[in-house]
Amino acid sequence: MPAKGYVEISVEGCKGCGLCVINCPTDCLALKTSETNSYGLHYAYMTDEDNCIACQNCAVICPDAAITVYKKAS
Amino acid sequence: MKEGYKLIYQKPKTLREKRMHYCPGCFHATTHKLMMEVVEELGIQEKIIGVCPVGCSVFAYDYMDVDMQEAAHGRAAAVATGIKRMHPDKIVFSYQGDGDLAAIGIAETIHACNRGENFTFIFINNGIYGMTGGQMAPTTLEGQKTTTSPYGRDPKKAGLPLKMCEIVSQFDSVAYVERVSCNTPANARKAKRAIKKAFEYQMQGLGSTFIEVASNCPSGWKCTPEESLEWLKEKAFPYFPLGVFKKPEEV
Ligand SMILES: Cc1ncc(C[n+]2csc(CCOP(=O)(O)OP(=O)(O)O)c2C)c(N)n1
Ligand code: SF4
Ligand code: SF4
Ligand code: SF4
Ligand SMILES: [Mg+2]
Repeated sequence: MPAKGYVEISVEGCKGCGLCVINCPTDCLALKTSETNSYGLHYAYMTDEDNCIACQNCAVICPDAAITVYKKAS
Repeated sequence: MKEGYKLIYQKPKTLREKRMHYCPGCFHATTHKLMMEVVEELGIQEKIIGVCPVGCSVFAYDYMDVDMQEAAHGRAAAVATGIKRMHPDKIVFSYQGDGDLAAIGIAETIHACNRGENFTFIFINNGIYGMTGGQMAPTTLEGQKTTTSPYGRDPKKAGLPLKMCEIVSQFDSVAYVERVSCNTPANARKAKRAIKKAFEYQMQGLGSTFIEVASNCPSGWKCTPEESLEWLKEKAFPYFPLGVFKKPEEV
């Protein structure tokens, strides 16, 4: 069974580049296009926590280190 | 943190809290992050000294929480030479754009490599002068449009783009040369490993180490961050192939 995880994305630290969204293998991230942070930028958020496999791809690709990853302790 | 979970990745402590000014999706930021992860993992925060260029990364010293020195445009390799010679026990790197390292500073680059100066070049090749508004760089691709090549780079007038890894790997005095990118998680992981190896070889005193990051500039290229990844894959990598150009013999 794949690992289970979840991520936290800093709303103010995110610049809305979307690179985490297109690099998540399980499609559990999206850009919140209805809201912006204080810089006027859309930010990424977790849409489907159940699918997160804690692979860290999003955190590795995020230029601004806005993502923290947690993994279910086995 | 939720109960039953453990922390497996967070922003490195060696990267300051200050928000980086780079445009969304810019690999300058990715590279800073990867470098600072390496510094944290190797435990060399107090032992490393960086040299900042002129270019978009002119404020890199505001973000990397290590000792840093600003250099005039193109002079980072000369400044890094001086620092390394005075502090041979420190790990020294220059961090330079393509305008900085391959245009105005190419003499400093070539001679530092030929002398085998024992520091690490981190070369951000985004094929453009990002900071000044998107002018043609020595690394701009054939046919690529910039503000100073509005019809695309014409090799008859501007020559072909300079392949810095291929050039500097010719010197016996250069120990390690690799071209990496941050366009996929796998490549970003490889880029981090390459930066780590370069610092380690430097600590062994093996000679100059040179890491080129095939980078992007969504603002200068006038595209989205996602489109910049496509451009890298389709246009840049065929001309600037990723990989190791040279490594020390014993490894
Ligand atoms: C001596 C000197 N000449 C020219 C400039 C103008 N200038 C500032 S940054 C730059 C080029 C930046 O391009 P690059 O090194 O590729 O860095 P990037 O912004 O793309 O990361 C130039 C020509 C300068 N600051 N100093
Ligand atoms: S850790 Fe992996 S699966 Fe989870 S959100 Fe990030 S990219 Fe997606
Ligand atoms: S990669 Fe980072 S900055 Fe870009 S959208 Fe995702 S969290 Fe935001
Ligand atoms: S102008 Fe280009 S190189 Fe400079 S921060 Fe923006 S995207 Fe990065
Ligand atoms: Mg540049």
